[in-house]
Amino acid sequence: MSINWFKYSSPQIFFPVAGRLALGFGVLAVLACAVGLYLGFFVAPTDAQQGESYRIIFIHVPAAWMSMFLYVIMAFWAGIGLAFNTRLSGMMASAIAPTGALFTFIALWTGSFWGKPTWGTWWVWDARLTSELILLFLYFGFMALQASIDDPRRADKAGALLALVGVVNVPIIYFSVKWWNTLHQGASVSLTKAPTMAATMLTGMLIMSFAFWFYSIAAILLRARCIMLERERSADWAGQYARGAA
Amino acid sequence: MIAALRCVIVRDLRLAARRSSDVLTVVLFFVIVVSLFPLGIGPEPKLLRTVAPGVLWVAALLASMLALGRVFAADHADGTLEQMMLGATPLGLVVAAKVFAHWLISGLPLVLISPVLALQFDLSQELLGVLALSLALGTPVLSLIGAIGAALTLGLRGAGTLLSLLVLPLYVPVLVIGAGAAEAAASGLGGHAQLLLLGAMLIFAGAFAPWAAAVALRISVE
Repeated sequence: MSINWFKYSSPQIFFPVAGRLALGFGVLAVLACAVGLYLGFFVAPTDAQQGESYRIIFIHVPAAWMSMFLYVIMAFWAGIGLAFNTRLSGMMASAIAPTGALFTFIALWTGSFWGKPTWGTWWVWDARLTSELILLFLYFGFMALQASIDDPRRADKAGALLALVGVVNVPIIYFSVKWWNTLHQGASVSLTKAPTMAATMLTGMLIMSFAFWFYSIAAILLRARCIMLERERSADWAGQYARGAA
Repeated sequence: MIAALRCVIVRDLRLAARRSSDVLTVVLFFVIVVSLFPLGIGPEPKLLRTVAPGVLWVAALLASMLALGRVFAADHADGTLEQMMLGATPLGLVVAAKVFAHWLISGLPLVLISPVLALQFDLSQELLGVLALSLALGTPVLSLIGAIGAALTLGLRGAGTLLSLLVLPLYVPVLVIGAGAAEAAASGLGGHAQLLLLGAMLIFAGAFAPWAAAVALRISVE
């Protein structure tokens, strides 16, 4: 028996699945966020050098991770959409972009809140800050391109190509710390060596990143559902859903 | 195939020669923007010497971006582009030829005039060479990346501003390294590393960007 890999690539089949998944991940996101924030703001010890201001990392670092990760996922769906010509992939890519831009903005915003007490300035032209800003511009470019094309098929494909071209930027962001010699400290967490922070801090941060993951999945699936309904409004199942919901 | 490429290049150059004011506009834009900076930040020679590479690079980047709209627009409007897509020559190669012709028209003049403008900023002679060389290596990369954006925005409303939104973030590495070459040379480190990186970018973009632009053209025209 062969597996039909494309079973869930049909909007009609995926629509109810996405609804159930979005609900589940939304609940998980709220729970993980509550636990993570409690650990981060009440349990984790005060940092010896940075005082209380370091606690912004419980939001800042997961948001920065998600901002880059979501761009790669967006480019992945974009590539799948171009390669297999599946409608749903393009919808997923368009659904991911606003959430990615949101996390990029949060990472920049919280980073600047952290930078003021620690570095003494809201903004520095450091490699990582700059490349995060460029990532935000890339998200905006993707969304602006899709918004200005009326034909959804062309919008999907054009956005897909732009995302694939832009994904070259994501490794540059990651390696920029090593390439340019700048103010931002090196990564505190890596797979190859022991993290240089207290265990509770690390746990809080990891739980927060799971919370952001779950939130992203829920928000993206909800947005994808809206896009599916809008694009497939002439299909029978979408009409039935809309009448049932109204 | 080589004959077809030569034909595309010669045709584009001839078309540009018949509308030479378009070429001049880009060069004049470059000159004016560069001349505005001393007026804005003051005529202090030491300050001007520091900012010169960055100013020239940003101005060159904006000027080459302004010219991007013309790479495919005219051919798209009169249907030539569709004939090129149907032709036997691979579209990626045709795009590469068009981008090369476009660089000869809009990039090369900027490279040639940049030493004169750099003199206004009191740059020393060896730096003039490094700056011109970095522009010579960098502006083709700008044209190549820009061609992808131009192809994606072909025939869209508000294509000009949209194009800048798409293309400028992608220009950043070229700008950082290009302007860095002259700065490194000024600080005594020598700009070799940056020039080599620019060369690597040129090879990379030259190999891949025409094909990406070709895909973008097919998306836009289908």
